[in-house]
Amino acid sequence: MAEFDGPDALLEASRRAFAEGYRRMDAYSPFPIDGLAETIGFHKTWLPLIVLIGGIIGCIGGFYLQYWTSVIDYPLNIGGRPLNSWPMFIPVTFELTILLAGLSAVLGLLALNGLPMPYHPVFNVERFQLATRNRFFLCIESADPKFDYEATRRFLESVAPQGVYEVER
Amino acid sequence: MESEQFNKSSEIEPTAPVIEPGHTFASVTDKISAIVLTQRTPRFWYVGFGISFLLLMILLYSIAAVLTIGVGLFGIMIPVGWGFDIVNFVWWIGIGHAGTLISAILLLRRQKWRQSINRFAEAMTLFAVACAGLFPLLHLGRPWYFYWLFPYPSTMGIQPQFRSPLVWDVFAVSTYFTISLLFWYMGLIPDLATLRDQARRRFARFAYGMLAMGWRGSAIHWHRYEMAYLLLAGLATPLVVSVHTVVSFDFAVGLVPGWHSTIFPPYFVAGAIYSGFAMVLTLAIPLRKMYGLEDFITLRHLKNMAEVMLATGLIVAYGYFMETFMAWYSGNIYEQYLMWNRIFGPYWFMYWALLLFNVLVPQVLWFRTVRARPLVLFIIAICVNIGMWLERYVIVVVSLSRDFMPSAWGRYSATVWDYGVFIGSIGLFFAALFIFVRLLPMISIFEMRELVHDTEESQ
Repeated sequence: MAEFDGPDALLEASRRAFAEGYRRMDAYSPFPIDGLAETIGFHKTWLPLIVLIGGIIGCIGGFYLQYWTSVIDYPLNIGGRPLNSWPMFIPVTFELTILLAGLSAVLGLLALNGLPMPYHPVFNVERFQLATRNRFFLCIESADPKFDYEATRRFLESVAPQGVYEVER
Repeated sequence: MESEQFNKSSEIEPTAPVIEPGHTFASVTDKISAIVLTQRTPRFWYVGFGISFLLLMILLYSIAAVLTIGVGLFGIMIPVGWGFDIVNFVWWIGIGHAGTLISAILLLRRQKWRQSINRFAEAMTLFAVACAGLFPLLHLGRPWYFYWLFPYPSTMGIQPQFRSPLVWDVFAVSTYFTISLLFWYMGLIPDLATLRDQARRRFARFAYGMLAMGWRGSAIHWHRYEMAYLLLAGLATPLVVSVHTVVSFDFAVGLVPGWHSTIFPPYFVAGAIYSGFAMVLTLAIPLRKMYGLEDFITLRHLKNMAEVMLATGLIVAYGYFMETFMAWYSGNIYEQYLMWNRIFGPYWFMYWALLLFNVLVPQVLWFRTVRARPLVLFIIAICVNIGMWLERYVIVVVSLSRDFMPSAWGRYSATVWDYGVFIGSIGLFFAALFIFVRLLPMISIFEMRELVHDTEESQ
């Protein structure tokens, strides 16, 4: 793991690491940095699709709930008016769409990120506390096919970091 | 040519920055987290929380009385079947709308200045909606049956009436509360991680660590996080418009003059934003002073919020004017009488106070010097809060007290229990806010770091 004191240094180092051929790595920053995820090779997230599916379920579910209660389960004859009064069903359908879409956004985010995950090896590095303050880190995992302890360490030192640390399991 | 003109005006009046220069990632982190972790709690907090807690006790006592003795303790009667209870409900929900607007709509409009005020504005929304939610329950004759409004498999085989705005309200307000809670909590996760790492005491580290769910600031996580934040903002934007629209439907689908009007949805939403921003200013100005946060909540923020208040105030004033005009133009004697009643009837004082607080007083915001004076803004914000409460009172009570048939006319006067629950709910709101300020970062730390980074980049 290498420590940097600015987002540009981290971006540059990630670019070089990716060019070197490292794929199993992650970058850590105290705020989101534009383009950083792409630099380390992450491109597509499933989150928008999850939210869309959640919204569709909310929409169809909401309308069906009202249809079923008003037409099938507990129909009320109010002046002979149509039981499937769909214009009146729109507000609740809309609210349930938003509700389920929002729930799937947050729960999907947590699930995709693997959170809650109270323990992670990177927390074993004392300096990593600063990742939520003002320091930026790049961590290359040993599971990476190109990982070789000495070579990777030399590479990290060559990108001029503030410090290089070993992450224990 | 145009750029020359812009340069000239900025020479005359330099715009305050969105964040004072000279801050680094470390300094913003330390300043905001110190308020929670290391700094001594200021006396202002103890005084404020003490008073709020007292009011909260009044609330609990009043609720206990209403639940055990009955809703007759309130001043509601035929014909005015809705009084303080519904006035307060609409008032609190309206206040909540600014938080979502600041978080969601200003995000979509890429307004960077939202970043220092969105955290406590979202907290304000949550607590305002919680306060609002009390009232529909309390105003029921049999509050213990409130769950009949939800579609559950009832042993009686009945279902709620989905064609009613009261049921729409249930879904809208529940959705609004849930989405606001999710949005607020999601925004807190990276900051909880900061607190976890900065905290020195064991229990604090454990508590914040559990709440932060092990957030480590991974770039991939941030990528998904930004996506989720944007999506939630996109969802919350139509939601905030729809919630107060549904609340306005509570009135608009009714037949009484003064309620049955198509202007209600936009009029209510604008009014909600108006009162919400007034409450955000009411909170922001003391907080920035007492906690020394003028670097983060700068005069620029106050100016922008004052301008939003002025704009929505003008929309609300247009609503008042339209109501009056349409009452006359319609030629309908009931509509015309309604306006006459508002202006000259038994509740004339409320209506004129309303016009003073909502329409006249905020017009001073046209002056640039006023927008730059926090104390004056604070007073105007309080006036708007009062004015918006009066507006709800005028809408609910005046229309019900005199509708179509003179023999059915009546009056409403609030009882001590009405006031107890009302003042008590204010206590609940502020007590919750004080606890929030004490335990959680009231400004979004990671967004302030982003702002520092953006300011550095643009220089």
